Amino acid sequence: MNLRSLQKAVARAVMQPLTRNERMRLVRPGGESMRRHAARYIKPNDRLTSFERLEIYNRQYWLRVLGSMAEDFPGLRAILGERRFEDMSRAYLTECPSRSFTLRNLGSRLEGWLRRNPKWIRGKRLLALDMARVEWADIEAFDGEAKPVLCGEELDRASAFRLRLQLQPYVQLLELHYPVDHLVLQVRNDDNGADFASNAVAERGKRLKVRAVAALRPAKIFLVVHRIDFSVYFRRVEREEYRMLTALRAGKSIADAVEMAFKGSSVPEFERGGYVRHCFETWATLGWFCQPHNQAKGSATLKKEGCELSS
Amino acid sequence: MPANRFNNFTNYGIGIGLRAPHYDHILTRKPVVDWFEIISENFMIGGGRPVHILDQILEQYKVVQHGVSMYFGSAGRPDREHLRRLKALVKRTKTPWLSDHLCWGSVDGTYTHDLLPMPYTFEAARKTAQKISEVRDFLEVPVAVENVSSYAEYHVSEMTEWEFLNEVVEEADCGILLDVNNIYVSSRNHNFDPLTYINSVPADRVAQIHIAGHSKFEKYILDTHDHPVIDPVWKLYERAIERAGHTATLLEWDDSIPSFREVHDEALKANRFLAKTQLKVAV
Repeated sequence: MNLRSLQKAVARAVMQPLTRNERMRLVRPGGESMRRHAARYIKPNDRLTSFERLEIYNRQYWLRVLGSMAEDFPGLRAILGERRFEDMSRAYLTECPSRSFTLRNLGSRLEGWLRRNPKWIRGKRLLALDMARVEWADIEAFDGEAKPVLCGEELDRASAFRLRLQLQPYVQLLELHYPVDHLVLQVRNDDNGADFASNAVAERGKRLKVRAVAALRPAKIFLVVHRIDFSVYFRRVEREEYRMLTALRAGKSIADAVEMAFKGSSVPEFERGGYVRHCFETWATLGWFCQPHNQAKGSATLKKEGCELSS
Repeated sequence: MPANRFNNFTNYGIGIGLRAPHYDHILTRKPVVDWFEIISENFMIGGGRPVHILDQILEQYKVVQHGVSMYFGSAGRPDREHLRRLKALVKRTKTPWLSDHLCWGSVDGTYTHDLLPMPYTFEAARKTAQKISEVRDFLEVPVAVENVSSYAEYHVSEMTEWEFLNEVVEEADCGILLDVNNIYVSSRNHNFDPLTYINSVPADRVAQIHIAGHSKFEKYILDTHDHPVIDPVWKLYERAIERAGHTATLLEWDDSIPSFREVHDEALKANRFLAKTQLKVAV
């Protein structure tokens, strides 16, 4: 048996889901006995059978990946409850095992997978999807790439409505059906403040989370997950702001972004100029704009499309 | 001997692993520490707080990179994106050498995130050595491979673990990160004499030594890095430095992490043995 074949066989066994009581399964998906399978590859010793030795790795694998999911998605855990969250995580990781060298990316496909497998979030579909998106956005905002910031002076110099502004890669834009930003913060506060030396306090924390989830009512919000001074923040924005930002992220010019933002908007036309100016000033202050690729390399001019528009 | 081409002719002392619970202490109190070892993967990201912290650490301390997911022993080729990010980090930290494990953990792009033991075959040794050479040439920094602790052995193995290690490092012409705790753990799990292992390692290739604690279960020992170093492991350490000389030594403590001072004090216990080695060299 060559190296690749052996590694494939062992990896399949190591990544096979555990039983409900966290033991290695006795039967492989094809129906073969796992004891026989393990004995084919693994030597027993005077204390452990081949099966038991392989089981150590099987259990370690699930302990590690389930722990990582629980750590990354505490809000989703609160919504689904511990048991359902763990079952969902097992199913997700069985279908979508890690394809990255880092555990950081373990949940990168969760939202898409949940959309394709709604049975795991039955009864709480929109809320759970919103939470999965916010918690993944939080990871991206925490350590996502930051390019050199485009400063206000450079923006003024450009004064081009056709200018295409780039948003920092770490800035995450979300349109949500539930105000889950508050729920995330509440869940984290509860987790951080819990004194798990006491079962009663832990139980109380759990009840608080259940109540917080139950109390949450649908309300469309537009959320930007970003960071300032290396801490992640949730900033709610208005629909018009959100539309402008998503258009800019899609590579539209400022003019196009502004046009898209106010389609069907209730903001009076005479207020729109000031509104846009205020938005851009705020975003620039927050450092959300970054220099286009060629600018980051030292070019003194901003990339523009066509001629400049007069104001 | 301790400063050799596998650790870029450096003479580092006793270091500890850089871990998040200690960031504040390190940055505010600025304790005297010979060097820090970082887990490369924790900093192979776009930016944010982790990179900011690392930059501050780099301003004041020597840092060496230690990886957990290169998987030199996996049958596939190295992941190009992984290598590209790793090289960027090497440039940032200016690590004098870089280490990762003599193990496998991924198959066809799927990752187990575990350090799985190698089958000790000549085919595996050859392929692993090729991959180490390829990675070292790409990164342009000396590479040291670390022996892992293990809980299973394969029927197909054609040699002992230490013979396999020697086969690989000779073929790849690379260094060794000798983890004496891992040798102890594996020796108990597989019934071999750990001193035989230590005595078989080519001492002139040892770039660095790891020490750590572990957890004992009824039928096996697990490498948990959540306890102080036990005396039998210190004994192995003593023998290792007797052979390899005053080598850069690092204490790993990754779970149930105590205060910075406690971790550092535990690491500094290595001085007892290093001092003896220096005396012997002087005599």
